[in-house]
Amino acid sequence: MSVSLVLIVVMAALYACGVFLLLERSMTRVLLGFLLVGNATNILILIMSGRRGAAPIVDGQAPPVDFADPLPQAFVLTAIVITFGISAFMLALIYRSWRLAQADTVADDVEDLEIGRRGVPAEEEDSQGDGDDESGGESEFGDRAEAAVPADATHRVAPDDPGAPASARPRSTPTDESENA
Amino acid sequence: MSFLVPLVVLVPLLGSAAALITGRRPRLQSILSIVALGVVVVISLVLLVVVDTQGAIAVQVGGWEAPYGITLVVDRLAALMLSISSIVLLAVFVFSVGQGQADGDGEAPVSIYNPTYLILATGVFNAFIAGDLFNLYVGFEILLVASYVLITLGGTEQRIRAGVVYIVVSLVSSVLFLASIGMIYGALGTVNIADIAQRMDTIPADVQTIIHVMLLTAFGIKAAIFPLSFWLPDSYPTAPAPVTAVFAGLLTKVGVYAIIRTETVLFVESNVNVYLLIIALLTMVVGILGAVAQADIKRLLSFTLVSHIGYMIFGIALGTVEGLAATIYYVVHHITVQTTLFLGAGLIERRGGTASITRLGGLLKAAPIIAVLFFIPALNLGGIPPFSGFIGKVALFEAGARLDDPLVYVLIGAGALTSLLTLYALMRAWNLAFWRPKADVEDHESPFTEHLEEAPHRVAVQQKRTNPRTMVGATAGMVLVSLVLTFAAGPLYGVAERAAGRVYGSNEYVQLVFPSGEGETQTETSSPAPTPAGGPADEGSAP
Repeated sequence: MSVSLVLIVVMAALYACGVFLLLERSMTRVLLGFLLVGNATNILILIMSGRRGAAPIVDGQAPPVDFADPLPQAFVLTAIVITFGISAFMLALIYRSWRLAQADTVADDVEDLEIGRRGVPAEEEDSQGDGDDESGGESEFGDRAEAAVPADATHRVAPDDPGAPASARPRSTPTDESENA
Repeated sequence: MSFLVPLVVLVPLLGSAAALITGRRPRLQSILSIVALGVVVVISLVLLVVVDTQGAIAVQVGGWEAPYGITLVVDRLAALMLSISSIVLLAVFVFSVGQGQADGDGEAPVSIYNPTYLILATGVFNAFIAGDLFNLYVGFEILLVASYVLITLGGTEQRIRAGVVYIVVSLVSSVLFLASIGMIYGALGTVNIADIAQRMDTIPADVQTIIHVMLLTAFGIKAAIFPLSFWLPDSYPTAPAPVTAVFAGLLTKVGVYAIIRTETVLFVESNVNVYLLIIALLTMVVGILGAVAQADIKRLLSFTLVSHIGYMIFGIALGTVEGLAATIYYVVHHITVQTTLFLGAGLIERRGGTASITRLGGLLKAAPIIAVLFFIPALNLGGIPPFSGFIGKVALFEAGARLDDPLVYVLIGAGALTSLLTLYALMRAWNLAFWRPKADVEDHESPFTEHLEEAPHRVAVQQKRTNPRTMVGATAGMVLVSLVLTFAAGPLYGVAERAAGRVYGSNEYVQLVFPSGEGETQTETSSPAPTPAGGPADEGSAP
């Protein structure tokens, strides 16, 4: 089975960029990374489908031996549709996240942060009126445990902290910003 | 009876469409959804009986022959999974209808919830009956996309946060699965599971290993086995109680089911069993140690869920028919019990206003029915005789002890330890939430709770609500199902044993899909009797 080198290089580049973006914090970049990885996988399937050939249309003219394998193309089509649907959902999710917190970043796992903050005096965390999603913020572990996360890391992510309230900021800001832009 | 097979997927799919149309009439919508799920329960049970008495059914959809078309296979394993998952889906749906009627539309818009839930059911059923890997992938995607919607239902900040983690992890697993399908197609030229099993011997061993590990990684993320399990306790507890219950019961088990198929049909002569045993050990121990440190009941249950996946991987990794039979019984038991416990946790959270066991108290007097409904599955999960958890664990240990291997004995020890720690964690939760008098809740000091991990960002006490009869009834129904699993353990274990005997070694599976030689057959077949050895499978596997 001879394979086009260009396709392989493209696939490798897409995978590399895609994985790099998937590991980013910004959700938009995660989405872009997912798109790249998805397309890299589509190219992988295309590579795996073997040699190139005629369009697989049975019209009695081209002998079936010359046909390209149509099945992987059907796989790729299905995969593209699925990727499309998920991208749409992710975009909606990003928009919702932006409306709520005005940040499109992947928020910290509160549990991890809490473990990291042990020993650090509990931060003042506003609470918001959103059912069961708000926090007491107090740590009952006192200062027995050491901080597992360096202090600067905690500070760096602090603006994205899900505890940081959306309601504390003016709701109208998104529209203001978009008007300015 | 083969016409029943596609209906398992079609009925919930059409039900979902109907539910979407009737979105403005919640009552009609709920009734339609319940009818759809009820029909699937009936079909699944009929299929289970038919398959168990007359042999497995393979359907070539649209009449396209086996290696080219879409094959649906219902053998005993698939029929068993269909039956138990449809029962669980129905019970949880009744529970959520009750919750929706009690709480109104605010937190979980029913018009969205019902169709999505049915789509989730479609995906689960499709994954169970898929006869080729690509259809399995599509089944996974259907259920995953539905689960993305369900886990972020309502779009609150915490759910979005947990949902993003869950979604990104699932996406990675899906892409990995799709990539391994591509590799398999490149190596073998087919995605039909039976066809792959036939041709697997023709490719070099290293390529086999690459494909094998890729598939196991992709399924391992979904099944939440040890190094790939950390997304689960983070994302599940934030969803609404019924959603968490159905996720915990079914989604991980779909991954386990895919691993069973991989290990028993695709890669029969597997060389990864030792690694799987070690992974099973770590999954059990690490998971349960996490559970012991939790104060929030839902988080605690999520960790026990991860931990008990280890038992199933243990049974699969044994690589014997007895081990697989025990695994199948254990999967059925665990689906039922874990779902029941999560439903119970939902009831506790509503009644007590919080799910944190450091703040709950005095519930035995306030809600004796919930106490019983939580107590029975808790004992069951911990493996107290005579419940089904005990039967499943004993069967697993017995199957392991037959191998007489030092590593397996270590695993049996770890399994027993995990079982005890499960019992400890759940009984402590029960004691604190139900047994402890209400007056003791403030300033309660105990060496057993001082290291508990309080779920952060959770309010002290929410609004306390009574539980409507539908919710309690659905939970009671699930407890009843788990008791039936106990009382009917003999016949059920017989089915599991026959299922394992048939699944093991790809011969039966291959002959089912290719009844007389490769491909050149009638479109719809059911093979009533086991064919003698030396059939087409043996020819096919010759290099």
